[in-house]
Amino acid sequence: MNQMEQLKRTFLKGLEEVSTLQGLEDLRVRALGKKGDLTLLMKDLGQKTPEERRTLGAELNALKDVLTIALEERKEILEEDGLKERLVSETLDVTLPPRPRATGNIHPLSHVMDQAIHIFGQMGFVVAEGPDIEEDFYNFTALNFPPDHPARQEQDTFYLPSSSTGQPLVLRTHTSPVQIRTMLKTQPPIRIIAPGRTYRSDYDATHTPMFHQIEGLVIDKHTHMGHLKGCLEEFCRLFFEDPSLKLRFRPGYFPFTEPSAEVDIWWKGSSWLEILGCGMVHPNVLRNCDIDPTEYQGFAFGMGLERIAMLKYGIEDLRLFFESDLRWLNHYGFAPEARE
Amino acid sequence: MRFTLSWLKEHLDTKASLEEISEKLTSLGLVVDKIKNPGEALAPFTVCEIIEAEKHPNADRLQVCKVQTGNEIIQVVCGAKNARKGLKAVLARPGHIIPSTQQVLKVGKVRDVESFGMLCSNEELLLEETSEGIIEVDPKAPIGKSYAEWLELNDPLIEIEVTPNRGDCLSVHGVARDLAATGIGTLKPLKTAKVSSTFPCPLSLKIDLEACPYFTGRVIRGLKNGPSPEWLQKKLRSIGLRPISALVDITNFFTYDGGRPLHVFDADKIKGNLSVRLSKTGEIFKALDEKTYTLSDEMTVIADDSGVISLAGIMGGESTGCDETTQTVFLESAFFDPIHTSITGRAVNIISDSRHRFERGVDPLSTLPGLEAATQMILDICGGEASQILAEGQPPYEEVEIPFFTIRLETLGGLAVDPMEAEKILNSLGFKLIEDENGYSIIPPSWRFDITQEADLVEEILRVKGYDKIPSVPYGERPEQKPLAPAQERRFAIRDRLASQGMTEVITWSFMSKEEAKLFGGIDKHLVLINPLSQDLNGMRPSLLPNLLKATLQNQNRAAETIALFEVGPQYANPTPEGQSLMATGLRCGLFNQNTWCEKKRPVDIYDVKADVLALFELVGLSPQIEANGPSWYHPGRSGTFKFGPQIVGYFGELHPRVLKAFDVKGPTLAFEIFIDRLPLSKKKTTAKPKLELSPYQVVDRDFAFVVNQNVSADTLIKAVVKAEPSLKMSLSIFDVFAMGDGKKSIALRIRIHPKDHTLTEDEIQMISQKIISSVEKNVGGVLRQ
Repeated sequence: MNQMEQLKRTFLKGLEEVSTLQGLEDLRVRALGKKGDLTLLMKDLGQKTPEERRTLGAELNALKDVLTIALEERKEILEEDGLKERLVSETLDVTLPPRPRATGNIHPLSHVMDQAIHIFGQMGFVVAEGPDIEEDFYNFTALNFPPDHPARQEQDTFYLPSSSTGQPLVLRTHTSPVQIRTMLKTQPPIRIIAPGRTYRSDYDATHTPMFHQIEGLVIDKHTHMGHLKGCLEEFCRLFFEDPSLKLRFRPGYFPFTEPSAEVDIWWKGSSWLEILGCGMVHPNVLRNCDIDPTEYQGFAFGMGLERIAMLKYGIEDLRLFFESDLRWLNHYGFAPEARE
Repeated sequence: MRFTLSWLKEHLDTKASLEEISEKLTSLGLVVDKIKNPGEALAPFTVCEIIEAEKHPNADRLQVCKVQTGNEIIQVVCGAKNARKGLKAVLARPGHIIPSTQQVLKVGKVRDVESFGMLCSNEELLLEETSEGIIEVDPKAPIGKSYAEWLELNDPLIEIEVTPNRGDCLSVHGVARDLAATGIGTLKPLKTAKVSSTFPCPLSLKIDLEACPYFTGRVIRGLKNGPSPEWLQKKLRSIGLRPISALVDITNFFTYDGGRPLHVFDADKIKGNLSVRLSKTGEIFKALDEKTYTLSDEMTVIADDSGVISLAGIMGGESTGCDETTQTVFLESAFFDPIHTSITGRAVNIISDSRHRFERGVDPLSTLPGLEAATQMILDICGGEASQILAEGQPPYEEVEIPFFTIRLETLGGLAVDPMEAEKILNSLGFKLIEDENGYSIIPPSWRFDITQEADLVEEILRVKGYDKIPSVPYGERPEQKPLAPAQERRFAIRDRLASQGMTEVITWSFMSKEEAKLFGGIDKHLVLINPLSQDLNGMRPSLLPNLLKATLQNQNRAAETIALFEVGPQYANPTPEGQSLMATGLRCGLFNQNTWCEKKRPVDIYDVKADVLALFELVGLSPQIEANGPSWYHPGRSGTFKFGPQIVGYFGELHPRVLKAFDVKGPTLAFEIFIDRLPLSKKKTTAKPKLELSPYQVVDRDFAFVVNQNVSADTLIKAVVKAEPSLKMSLSIFDVFAMGDGKKSIALRIRIHPKDHTLTEDEIQMISQKIISSVEKNVGGVLRQ
């Protein structure tokens, strides 16, 4: 075995045994460094005959290539092993909970109000408003309530001291006074919804002294009961996310509509549930707002937002809407939505 | 309103099923509340006959009976003494549920003898509260027949809701009339009578027509009051009324049957003559409910020489009440005005069937026929003879013609109806029709107080046809505008932004206690409720904070440690619409975050709520001035007021310790109140953003620490820095603040300089730094910390 063969064997054996990058570098220096064995052999070439130099030189260069490639290969393996080892040492417990980010919630009633506005908005309704503290005129008289109507009596209505002009003041018992305010200041055609707070003096499992309603009003020359049905069917089906939801319109009584109707929905295949009242605006109401009932007509509706929220989201106790219990709000609330 | 199916059929000739009737009622607007068949629970029990009864071999008190069921003979062990051969009894078979125990009957062995059924007692079938022995069925009852059927218990009770405008349907006859109009049956006429009087009425009557427009009555003498006949008792019981005596039961019958309330006075107890008048304040009246009422003025009463003996249309008096000794009565049939009756009824708070009907309107033309029919029934049941009729006033009914064009059914009601059909429906509801070349004139019947115009007639025809016949027309032309105006839209966006800040939205009462409001400026006397539900909720809130503080306390009591609440809602400064302000009010209390493996907990501080408010202002594109100090409910040294010019738009800060103590809230509490509708609306016409120049040149970061007097605010220091080189864009962050003693503090800033048109040289950077240092020195007296 000649010197070269010996060198090659030692080097390759060394490569096999080496386990660190430093050991690999040492091996390289021993063979290929400035004073490395192979380098020295190459330096010796100068003293050889040209003939020997040619053949031996070619052999030495070939050996250098072999050693260099083997070294590179081994280096890659060792580097890969090193990286693996590092990565193993860097292992984290990914099951640990992340840093909590404080999240807030929107009250379910607000969420329901948003949805209602959105759905009616698609039908061309715009939002109108009125004050919580109303004159008796807007809350009752203009809405064609007879003077002795039970809703006008103390057990239902919250009263405030009369205004400076002597008008009795009440907390509005429904959102319907917004109809009057709108009709008195706007000429038809009118198409509004009015969501808001309403008040009645009643507190038990199914009544709270404050609750929310959404009112609707359409006044033009041609809108009839068929449109009223179509409008409310579309709303209920979109709101309850059930395109085949069954609705039942049956005759009802409200002083401010004629004909009047109550609307039931067929709920979970088991029973009819009353969800809203509606009808064609009573001619007396139009007259009270200086709108000629022989020229204009339209429909109005009103529904309780708590009621539809309870049905849609399976909320059982009405009173908890207003208890500000964080446990309840976190459970029934909604993440703030991204808006346009 | 309650009635049984058999009672309804006395007024309506129909072959319709109960289900059809029920559907029609709801569709007519007489919504069915419930239907109950009292015979249902008894349906399985049948009539049987004991054909053999022998002593039980192992028990003295038991008998072993052979029972004929109608198709077989079975063995039944029975403990009742009255079980005997030949007796017809009621049999329960294995599998049936015994009403009194709700247990399923099984085949049993009683002392080694098998029993294949049970002979029932009235108690076991819940037909009587207690009973001795088994039921002894009438020998005429056929074996095998359902016992409930034999007793005619299979008569469903129908309960409907009647809207306040339909007083005419508080009678079986009225309900039948509505049903007949739908075509499912024929209305039978009300029974009438013409009683021949045998003597003049011995009482005289004075009537104040303001108190009562029409009053009739007569004396019936020589009668005998006692229990009413079985058919009448059964009828009243079937609708849940307790039979009292023949005279009272007869008046109750007419109240429900034809909607004609009546009253019977014991004529022997009437002192002197009768008058119908308005009461005087302070008059005392003892009613049949045994309570004494002190009357105010303007109540319609019936009086004799002793005083008030009846509250008209509401309840009779104890002094003239009928009992089993009554021999002479005065029978009253009148028209009492709905408004008067309603006001009086509410004032005395008496609820009665009579008040319920008079308040909603009783047919004025039924006054005299009702008197006659009731007289006839009294004579038939109690005997006696009737006097001539006493009548004063006139029935208040005038025929009014309402013009009606059937085309309105389509243009208002959305349903085209053949005029012939419309005519038929109106006729069957009792309307009179006059046809002329323009259309119809319609005269409503005397029992309908709610029909005054065309729209009412449209409803009548539509409800008889059924609202389900109206085709729905898709509604909604494409919107021309957004549903929310910018000022409205902004409120919803603010709510979302605050929730994104980690706050939870609450909705609390608009009212609160006057007492608790004192710390928040108090409640104006015009905003105190006249009739609050409780003293806790007696005024309109001047601020949302008290409710949020109460919510905080409640949540603290439930061990909540991080509390961040907000409400978007109204507060009230005065009762005018302008006095109502829409607020976004929020509050943080307790920990900002909890201890976790990677973060330490820390309490909330004023900068957390400042961040909330700034997020809100950023959303609406505004930056208001901040002035030190908020209103009295804030910590004076840790609060601020937001303003646009002279207009206050909000407050923020730490709440005053006195407030926290009053509300029992633990730990510092930070709050903000923003008057949403006072924020100026952005005038920008476009949503486009200003053009952005992206500089390719390297930014430069430099840190500075300045020593300034303690009273120099961070805000003024930043202004001094920015002023130093206005031509360059700088972004600043304060990364350290600490007190140094001697009234000095150090504020450390990192300043990033964004070059515009070339990379800054070291010399240029030096120059800018110098300018910053001199500007700080000149403007706020600060020096660079060495």
